[in-house]
Parts: sequence; structure tokens; C-alpha cells
Amino acid sequence: MSTSGNVVAMKKVVQQLRFEANIDRVKVSQAAAELQQFCIQNALQDPLLTGVSSSTNPFRTQKLCSFV
Amino acid sequence: MAAQEVQPSETIAKLKSESEALKTKLEEERAKLHDVELHQVAEKVDPLGQFVMKTRRTLKGHGNKVLCMDWCKDKRRIVSSSQDGKVIVWDAFTTNKEHAVTMPCTWVMACAYAPSGCAVACGGLDNKCSVYPLSLDKNENLAAKKKSVAMHTNYLSACSFTNSDMQILTSSGDGTCALWDVESGQLLQSFHGHAADVLCLDLAPSETGNTFVSGGCDKKANVWDMRSGQCIQSFETHESDINSVRYYPSGDAFASGSDDATCRLYDLRADREVAIYSKESIIFGASSVDFSLSGRLLFGGYNDYTINVWDVLKGTRVSILFGHENRVSTLRVSPDGTAFCSGSWDHTLRVWA
Repeated sequence: MSTSGNVVAMKKVVQQLRFEANIDRVKVSQAAAELQQFCIQNALQDPLLTGVSSSTNPFRTQKLCSFV
Repeated sequence: MAAQEVQPSETIAKLKSESEALKTKLEEERAKLHDVELHQVAEKVDPLGQFVMKTRRTLKGHGNKVLCMDWCKDKRRIVSSSQDGKVIVWDAFTTNKEHAVTMPCTWVMACAYAPSGCAVACGGLDNKCSVYPLSLDKNENLAAKKKSVAMHTNYLSACSFTNSDMQILTSSGDGTCALWDVESGQLLQSFHGHAADVLCLDLAPSETGNTFVSGGCDKKANVWDMRSGQCIQSFETHESDINSVRYYPSGDAFASGSDDATCRLYDLRADREVAIYSKESIIFGASSVDFSLSGRLLFGGYNDYTINVWDVLKGTRVSILFGHENRVSTLRVSPDGTAFCSGSWDHTLRVWA
């Protein structure tokens, strides 16, 4: 019966929404601070950010080398 | 012939009003914690300097639009797939083609490298995801060893190995995602919840556990528990199809790129959108996004042929890269973060550093 099928589907939607509404959340200020902290802590290890020099970035070498 | 005690239409009306009330409650809960914007928190961070990023390699060989690419863990090999039905494995250092497979279908929209580097997975309009072991013997016919793993009822839009060669996660135009065992082809878990085609997916970094995020034509980005199949968080702020999703390197957030010409950042612990990367001058959709290793930079490939580089924390654009002669369709940063590769409808791939 399509109407009871609709009821089942609607119950699932309601269940899902109940679940999502009840999760634990943190304040944006705290979440943002942690995102920023991660960026800063890892900045030096980020070659595209720091601009790794030609001698160490294999894609920036002008000559094609073979790596043994 | 059991008669219903309560009329089904009354029950539906009751459920509908409960669902509306819950949606309102969800928005209220999220809004309570919205005490500041990300870019405000980031005001004290040093601004980024000028970036010099150029095309360092151009990979030519596809006969039609490049639709997808993925890096091998060895940081030099790349697999790419095209509308012409070909899947090519390249050595990005030398630009040599190492393997080529012709698929039985055109529009190979998805491809992925196995963590071991010994196989690639791909699929598209054939509605399947197939795995090809890569042979050291160049003369061996790869197509002969093909293994069909996933079967969907519509096109395959994305695929990714989990942290081993043994399982593959797929997303499809049929509105579902699925987890498969490669050896047996068995369906391990399916993920239902999108109301339209699922276009993209990304697995959480292994340290953060068994979740993944998917984005679809229903404008939603959903975060899933891989074991239970449950959708644990859902975000609906984009105004059009979500073409690409990618986790922030810490696993606490993810970025999305959409046909609404914006990229957005969603924080999982705050359970909300925390940044929008957009400009009035950018009116074409973003097809694909990826972060640099520290998460400070977000690279976005767009349908206006450009790549925009965003400061994730401050929300500003730091660079715009020109070079492709048609839409950028796919973009991934290399595993060690020394470069990123973009693929385009202009039939080429470019490696930038």
C-alpha cells in the first residue's frame, strides 16, 4: 500500500532528523581556532605554501633526472 | 484484513509537522554556536605572500576530455581517465605513459589508484567500477585481467580505494554510495540518503576513523559512518550541484566545490558551514577542489578554465592560474604536497608547482 510506504519513509526522515538534531556541537570560535592551529603547526611542512626551492622539488628541476 | 486504527493520512501529517519542527530545531542549535566567523578568528594570522606556481609538466595523450585523475602513493605516478574511454597511467616526472587501457564505454568519469600502486580502478557510463592490476610487463594486455567489482543502476561518478587494495567505495548517478569487497565483488554496505545523483566522495584521513563525505545534485553534502551505513551529518547550503568534496587534512572539516560558483568549508565539530570562497567575478562552477598539506591553501578548478587558489583561513583568493584551454574537470594535490595536478576538457593534464 503506497500510503503505508509513505508513513515508513516519513518515519525514517523524522528518525534521521532527530539523530542529527541531537549530536554534540562545539562553538565556531573553538572549531575555527583548531583549524587555524592545524594550519600554523603544519605550515613549514607544506611545500606548496612555503615554495620549495628547485633543488628539492622534483617537479621544479629543469633537467630531467632519473632517480635510481 | 486488519483495519488501521489511525488513518495513515493523519500519521503522515503528524510526521510532517514533526520533521519541520526538527529542521527548525537543527537550525537553531547550529545558530546558537555561531559566535564568530572563521575569517575573523584568522585576522591575526600573517597574510600569505605572492605565489609563483607554474605548469611544470603537461601530459598529452588523451583523445578527448580528461574527466578524472588520481595520484599514486609513490608521488610520481598518475592515473587519468577520459571521455574517449581510455585510462592512462603516467610517470609525471618524465611525462611518459606507462600503461593504457581502453574501457568498453566512453565517459570514464572515475578513476583511482590503489594504495599499493599495483592496480587502478575506473568506471563511468558502464555503471560499473572495474579494477585492473598493473603489470610490469608493458606488453601484457591489461584488459584481460580486468575485474568487475561494483554494479550500480546508473553511471559511476567517483570511486576510491579505502586504506587497502581490498575495498572500494563508489558513488553513482543512481543516488547511492556503496562499499565493495574487491576480491569477491560483494556489496558490503550501501548508503542511501541523497535525493539525486551523487557526484563525488572523499574518505576521511585514516586517523579520524571510518567516515566519508559525499556531495550530490540535491545540493547536499552528507557525512556517513562506513560501518553502519548511517548518515551522521548533512549540510545543505550550496545553491546548486556539489561537484567535489575533499576533507581538510586534520579530518575535522571538509571543502566542497559547486556549480553555484562557490567553494565552501564545513566544520564537522561545529556542524555548520564556516567559510564561503567566492567572488562576484567568478560565475562559473567549481568542478574540483583539494587542500595543500597544511590545509592553508584550497585549490579550485573551475569551468571557466582557471584554477583559483584560496587562503582557507582568511577567505581571500591568493592566486589565479591560467593555462588550460577548456574546463578544469579534476584536480588533486600530490601525496607529499610538492605539486598538484589538474585535468581538463582540453584533453591534457598539467602538473603545477
